[in-house]
Amino acid sequence: MTPDLKTRIEREIQSHPVVVFMKGNPLFPRCGFSAAAVQMLQAYGPVHGIDVLAEPEMREGIKEFTRWPTIPQVFIRGRFVGGSDIVRELEERGELKALLAG
Amino acid sequence: MLEPAELERRIRAALPGAQVEVRDLTGTGDHFEARVAAPGFEGLGMLDQHQAVYGPLRDLLDSGSLHALALKTYTLEQWKRLPGRARNPP
Repeated sequence: MTPDLKTRIEREIQSHPVVVFMKGNPLFPRCGFSAAAVQMLQAYGPVHGIDVLAEPEMREGIKEFTRWPTIPQVFIRGRFVGGSDIVRELEERGELKALLAG
Repeated sequence: MLEPAELERRIRAALPGAQVEVRDLTGTGDHFEARVAAPGFEGLGMLDQHQAVYGPLRDLLDSGSLHALALKTYTLEQWKRLPGRARNPP
């Protein structure tokens, strides 16, 4: 991963409270897992999406940044939370809203 | 094309004593669902539990031969209480 890309990722996750590296964008997700994650998060507020399909270097770069092998990847207030399974689990446990509220 | 048994074998090899169930969601050998409980999961957060399962599958995920894996992880205590869950003998 180039230093520029790492800087960009760090800037993105610090600039928005909820960031999802996803396939497609929040309005038009192009993968069921990305769609599910965004839908659950959007129930509580806006989501900043970054489309990895539009940026091949980001698709690999974000996986390297987190050491996490799958897309989507969710960040809340700059902290990596996980993928769609973890967001769903948090929602089922009733913990997602509180996590988003800080 | 992957078989659920191959994924189960890899996960069990990486996590000795784990309870593992893998299901092919689409019949196409690339979209799977896995439920995993392992002795080491006690006290780990979900992030670390999921990473522990991704570990032995990473080459398959990176190459795209394993396109999607819906994953649920449990401690062995949580697993015991799951309703209708098949159990491997101890």
